[in-house]
Amino acid sequence: MTRRPVFLITVLCFGFAFFYIPILSMMVYSFNDSRLATVWGGFSTRWYASLFSNRQVGAALLLSVQIALISATMATILGAMAGIALARFRKFRGRTIFSGMVTAPLIMPEVITGISLLMFFIMLAQITGWPGQRGFTTITLAHITFSMVFVTTVVHARMSQMDRSIEEAAMDLGSRPWQVLKDVTLPVISPALVSGWLLAFTISLDDVVITSFTTGPGATTLPLLIWSKVKLGVTPDINALATLIVVTVGLCVALAGWLMSRAERRRLAEERLAYRAGG
Amino acid sequence: MAPRGADGPPLPGQPAGRAMSTLARWFHRRGWRDLIIATPYAWLILLFLIPFLIVVAMSLATRTPTAPPFGYGGENPVLNFRGYARLFTDTLYIRAFVTSLMNASIATIFCLLLGYPMALGLTRVSKSWRNILLMLVILPFWTSFLLRVYAWMGLMGRNSWFNRMLTDSWNWLVPSDWAITSVPMMNSNFAVILVTVYTYLPFMILPLYASLERLDPQLDEAAMDLGSRPWRVFLDVTLPQSLPGIIAGGMLVFIPAAGELVIPVLVGNPSSPMIGRIISDEFAQARDWPMASTVAVALLVLMVGPTMIYSRYQQKAEGAGSGEEKP
Amino acid sequence: MSGEAEPFIRIENVAKSFGSFQAVKDVNLTVARGEIFSLLGGSGCGKTTLLRMLAGFEDPTAGRIFIDGQDMSGIPPWERPVHMMFQSYAIFPHMSVEKNIAYGLKHERISAADRAARVAEMLDLVQLTPFAKRKPHQISGGQRQRVALARALARQPKLLLLDEPLAALDKKLREHTQFELMSIQARTGVTFIVVTHDQEEAMTLSDRIAVMDRGEVRQVGTPTEIYEYPASRFVAGFIGAISTFPARVIRLTGDLAEVDIPAMDGTFAARATPGLTEGQEITVALRPEKVAIAKTCPDAVNVVEGQVKDLAYFGKDSLYRVTLPGGDLIAVHAVNARRGPDTARPADWDDKVWLSFEPASAIILTD
Repeated sequence: MTRRPVFLITVLCFGFAFFYIPILSMMVYSFNDSRLATVWGGFSTRWYASLFSNRQVGAALLLSVQIALISATMATILGAMAGIALARFRKFRGRTIFSGMVTAPLIMPEVITGISLLMFFIMLAQITGWPGQRGFTTITLAHITFSMVFVTTVVHARMSQMDRSIEEAAMDLGSRPWQVLKDVTLPVISPALVSGWLLAFTISLDDVVITSFTTGPGATTLPLLIWSKVKLGVTPDINALATLIVVTVGLCVALAGWLMSRAERRRLAEERLAYRAGG
Repeated sequence: MAPRGADGPPLPGQPAGRAMSTLARWFHRRGWRDLIIATPYAWLILLFLIPFLIVVAMSLATRTPTAPPFGYGGENPVLNFRGYARLFTDTLYIRAFVTSLMNASIATIFCLLLGYPMALGLTRVSKSWRNILLMLVILPFWTSFLLRVYAWMGLMGRNSWFNRMLTDSWNWLVPSDWAITSVPMMNSNFAVILVTVYTYLPFMILPLYASLERLDPQLDEAAMDLGSRPWRVFLDVTLPQSLPGIIAGGMLVFIPAAGELVIPVLVGNPSSPMIGRIISDEFAQARDWPMASTVAVALLVLMVGPTMIYSRYQQKAEGAGSGEEKP
Repeated sequence: MSGEAEPFIRIENVAKSFGSFQAVKDVNLTVARGEIFSLLGGSGCGKTTLLRMLAGFEDPTAGRIFIDGQDMSGIPPWERPVHMMFQSYAIFPHMSVEKNIAYGLKHERISAADRAARVAEMLDLVQLTPFAKRKPHQISGGQRQRVALARALARQPKLLLLDEPLAALDKKLREHTQFELMSIQARTGVTFIVVTHDQEEAMTLSDRIAVMDRGEVRQVGTPTEIYEYPASRFVAGFIGAISTFPARVIRLTGDLAEVDIPAMDGTFAARATPGLTEGQEITVALRPEKVAIAKTCPDAVNVVEGQVKDLAYFGKDSLYRVTLPGGDLIAVHAVNARRGPDTARPADWDDKVWLSFEPASAIILTD
């Protein structure tokens, strides 16, 4: 590069300011002493204190994490199965419908998914008597359904990049297809499974629309709690809660990114070394 | 289940053992494959396809004051198309569709205008910077969507520092009889578009970056070597080759933005609601399930076009990558 | 080759279609035990499909394959006594070198000690013992190739299939590895079937070669047979350089044929092939190194005059392109046996030259 792309760098700076100024502003105002969330009234950590003493928040967080753990795990299992089926089993009955069903939820507006599941659960309860009350189970079922297709996308993409001859080699060396899947395919796609799980976990933890339709009395997840408060306007304790969430997530992502880039660097160094050793 | 059981000798006189070994043999022959296909298949039929078909069926039902509030047959028409007729006659729905599509289109264009130079800029910075900046693009994506919308509520509010800063600069720029006390940003289509751009910008940048990063920098150099100025190089070389990224990013923003619910509820104009809000309100407030379903089906029909474009380009982009080595 | 005895591998009328595309058309081949047999051809000639049918990854649309007398129809890859070295090597990226080599052995009912001994033996065979614990990304391309070889040989297959074994290596490593492959084959006695697009590779490695084109086997023979006695214009052109000219048989006398070559403006003597008839339209082919070039008219049976159009000097030898009386070009290869300046060359640009060739060197092709 001979010329510095001044224009591009400027837009980049503006873009990142656009990304982060609202979040930073929110974080600063979480230390605002004033009850009016947008007017500065001196430094204070009282909203954090009130947050920690708020049992509702703790319960909602616990519920959200429970649902996210279960649904991410189930979604990873189901989503990986679907991804493997699409990538490896060329022909089976109803493949077209199947591949349609794993892509449609990706583009379905959340409101529609929400009302469709709610009507389904209500009618199911009318016919079978289950679910008598919506709540933990129905939310989890809904979360599994719409996050599994994201896992499928990730796994399918990884599987289509994968060198098929690795699987053929295992078969050639005496492994039956099921053993090949277990010994070779799953270990090789394990990074995709991990990122699929993380994706499903965050999607579940974050969801508000579908959850609001499939929840029932007593089951308030953290996003639902925030949603109900935010609809009434900006409040300082939500600022504090948001700050905690953003900082936690930021630290996790930064840590993961650092670990990944370190592993990648080490790998590259080893490859270079191996190449130089030659032979 | 122990897979080794398939190889072991059958256990005479133990029907349970024999059943197990038959099961194991079935599992190894084709069962594992059938299970892998059938499990997610059944799940999706039960929890995606059937609920979806319920929506379609519901759009043709009649609203009744029962619980659940719909009916088929009896004194009601078997198939009721009145909902679909209302879509075209009731200005509420027409306006909602127009507002949604307008807001989503404008937001998509602004995402592109801001996202394209950002993505291009990301390909031009040094490698170590690039990884950090990419992470900074993705980071908001991992944090709560709701909280990102909320962050703007704080900024746009009447008394916020941001609003006051805008108000003061306006008042400084214009004659004093045009002075205002605050900028009315909240609860407007402007707010919806701004927040949509803010929340969906990463969806635009990432596919654009992916398609721009793949470009061979030597192509640029070749074009410059052949006498093109940088702006022409951009128009002739870079832009056409990043078209798949533009389409992908555009659809990733447009499709969810058109059906958005959280943003219009929190910062939108309540007197001109968007489709997502209409569906939700018809369903939960008015308890008119058939009409909510009708609007939902109409929204999905509108989304079919963009989705087809998207998947066509997606296939093309993948085909260009690796589709040539088939025997 | 092995006479009347049942050949080790018999490929009988094998064909394979993918939809309307016929990848392999009615192929018949036999391979003897302990042989290095090459399938040679350009991309899309069906050689890889044939190899994959031997391994069991593809089922033939028609025909049968016998390995050691056993019909392979319907036998899945994991039950065949055949192992393959993949073009990409297909090393399991999540397993160490040692584990890669041991992978196939876990399906054999042998003790852990025997298994470890076998792995050690294989590591020693391919000289990778110091790298046993390394992961695939920690070793070089050449070492990976040897892991793939050791892994495929560990289960002592009856037949080893090698798909472009040297294509991923750089030129220097390739020559070295070629000889290593041959020596390993000699030590283990395993039958090798090699797929390659590289004719030099096929010539040096193989006992016999099958030249394939568009799904068909065009000729099978030893490297010498294929090079010196090509059966068709395709094979002649595919292996090595050659100049071909349309011609007509004038007279047959004993084992010599008198042929009229319009491009050379005269009649010439050539070694006749069986079944030739007088008046038949044929093609005469000449390898560049079989034609002698001189500035004076030599005393030879077949002499033709020409003019040097082009010459490429390679150091040890030179390649001339000479314009013949009819206007066609012929390639002539001359060894630069004498040391000296440019003037020491047999001929220079635009020189009038005399070309000559033995009757036995002229290849008569009837297809």
